[in-house]
Amino acid sequence: MIGLTDASLSFGALRLFEGLTLGVPQGRTTAILGPNGRGKTTLLRAMLGFQALDRGHRHAPAIIGYVPQHGASQAKLSGLEVVIMGRAARLGLFGQPGPEDVTAAHGALAQVGAENLAELRYDRMSGGQRQMILIARALATGSRVLVLDEPTSALDLGNQSRTLSLIASLGRIRDRAILFSTHDPNHALAVADYVVLMMPGGAVLQGPVDRMITPGLMAELYGVPMQWVRPADPSGRSAMLPAFTGKEAA
Amino acid sequence: MTLTSQDAAPRRGLFSLRPGVFPVLTAGLVLTMLYAISAGRFEVPFGRILEILWARAQDLSGSPETMEARIVELVRLPRVLLAALSGAALAVGGAALQGVFRNPLVSPQVLGISQGGAFGGALAILLGFHGVVLLGMSFGFGLLALILVGLLARIDGRTEVLTVILAGMVVGAFFAALVSVLQFLADPNTSLPAIVYWLMGSFATATWPRLGLAVPGMAFGLILVWALRYRLNLLALDEAEARSLGVNPDRERWFIFGAVALMTGTSVAVAGVIGWIGLVVPHAARLIVGEDHRRLIPASALLGAAYLVVIDTLARTLTAAEIPLGVLTALIGAPVFAVLLRQHFSRAGAP
Repeated sequence: MIGLTDASLSFGALRLFEGLTLGVPQGRTTAILGPNGRGKTTLLRAMLGFQALDRGHRHAPAIIGYVPQHGASQAKLSGLEVVIMGRAARLGLFGQPGPEDVTAAHGALAQVGAENLAELRYDRMSGGQRQMILIARALATGSRVLVLDEPTSALDLGNQSRTLSLIASLGRIRDRAILFSTHDPNHALAVADYVVLMMPGGAVLQGPVDRMITPGLMAELYGVPMQWVRPADPSGRSAMLPAFTGKEAA
Repeated sequence: MTLTSQDAAPRRGLFSLRPGVFPVLTAGLVLTMLYAISAGRFEVPFGRILEILWARAQDLSGSPETMEARIVELVRLPRVLLAALSGAALAVGGAALQGVFRNPLVSPQVLGISQGGAFGGALAILLGFHGVVLLGMSFGFGLLALILVGLLARIDGRTEVLTVILAGMVVGAFFAALVSVLQFLADPNTSLPAIVYWLMGSFATATWPRLGLAVPGMAFGLILVWALRYRLNLLALDEAEARSLGVNPDRERWFIFGAVALMTGTSVAVAGVIGWIGLVVPHAARLIVGEDHRRLIPASALLGAAYLVVIDTLARTLTAAEIPLGVLTALIGAPVFAVLLRQHFSRAGAP
C-alpha cells in the first residue's frame, strides 16, 4: 500500500493538489492521467517521499520499486549491474552485493523477459531495452509496490505495447500495488483498474477506470473534444481519441 | 585493444573478470618502486636492495651499516613509500569525487581542496606549528574549501557540474590569494622560505617519522573510500533515483568528502601541493578497468602510487637540482585535462 492522506502541495500560486487522499492498495493498478506539465511527476515524487508536502501524510513501505523516466542515463555498466543496484536498499552503507543479489537480479531479468540484456552495456541500449532493465531493477528490490513515471512516453509503439503488457502481467502476480503516470488515456484503459485525473486548476478526480475514462471527463482533462472509437470487430479494444475533424471532413 | 572495457560489458556481474589486470598493476607498482629505490646519483643494484631489505626484515633493531644500506633504508625507502601512498591517496580522492559529481573533470585541485589545504599549512608554518598541527590545519582548511564549494554550487537544491567547477575555481583562487597574503606577512628570513619551499611540492624531506605522520590520515581515507566503493556506483546515479534505491546521497556524500579532504590535506601537509594526479590517473584507470568503482578505486590506487613514484624519481634524477613535483604533474596533467574537457562538452551536446 502506498498513498497520501489529506495532502496539499503548491508552488507559489500554482496549486498542484489540495486535501488529496489517494491510496494504491495491494493488488490494484492505478494510473495517474493528465496532460504534460500538470504535475503527474510531482505527485509521484510526493508519494515516493522525494517531494515534501505542504500538509498531509504519506504512507509507504520502506522499499519501493521505482522506475524513473530517464534512469541511470550515464551508467557505463552492464544491464545486470544496473539491475543489481535494485538490491542496494538491502545492503548496508559498506555492503557489497553478493551471490544472492546476483541471483535475485537474474530472476528479475527473467520476469521481464530480458535475460539477453544482462551482459549488454546499459548506455548502449535502446530506449525500450533500458526500460526493461529499469523495470527489472525495480522488481529486484523485492518490493510489492511498483511506481513507474511515464513508462511509455519515450518509447515507440511496439515498445509501448510490450511495456504495457508487462505492467499488466506484473499486476496480476504477487498481489502487487502498481502506480504509473501517463498522458495517454488508452494506456490507462489497457492496464489500470483505477484512474487518477489531474484536472485543470488543481482538482484531482479519482475512480474506477470505466467511470473516469469518459468522453466528457477526457474533454475536460485535455481541453479538446474526445470520443470513443469502437472497433467493428466486437472482440477488439475501444480507444479514446480526440474528436478532431481530420482529412475525412474535407 | 584487449585492455579496454569500453566496448564489452563485464562478463560476469560481480567480478567482471579480466584476470590479469590487478596482478599486472601490482607487479608494475612493485617494480616501479624497486627501480625508484635503485635510481639516483648513487645507484644501488636491484639485487643489493633485496638483500638489504631481507636483512632488515630478519633483524628490525640496529642501524644500517653500509653506505648502500643507509641510502636505501633512511633516504630512498621512506621517500618512495611516501610518494606511493600520496599518489594512491590523490588518485583515489580524484576518482571518488568524480563519482560523486558524476563528472570526470573534477579533482581535489579543481575543487580548491588543495589550495585550502595549502592555506591551512602555510598558516601553520607562519604561526610556528609543524607536524600534527600543520597536518590538522591543512585537512581542516581543505575540508572548509570543499564545504564552501558545495554551498556555492548548490542552487535551488540542484548541483550542476559546471557550477561546481566554477565554484571550485573561485574558492581555489580565494585561498591562493590568502596564501599570498600569508607570504607577504611572513618573515623573509625564516618562515617565507619555509612556506615557499613547502608549497612547491617535494618528497625530498621524506623521513620515517614524516611517513608515520602521513600514514594514519591517508590509510584511513583510502580504507573509507574502498569500503564505500559500491556506494560510489549508486551515488553516481541521479539524485532522486539514488534515493529511490535506499541511498541517502546528502549524507553519504559527506563520508566521501571527508575522506578526500583527509587524504588531500595530509598529502599537502607532508609534500606540498601536487596537482593533477586526481585527474589524470582515474582517467587512465577508467580506460583499463571501466567505470565500476569496485574496480576503479583499487586500480586508481595502484596506478596513482606508481605514477607519483615515477614522477618523483624523474624529479630527482632528470637534472642535478630537484624539479618541483607540481611542475612535472602539471606539464602532463594540463593537456590531459584539456582533452577531457573537449570530449566532455562535445558529448554533452549529443543525446
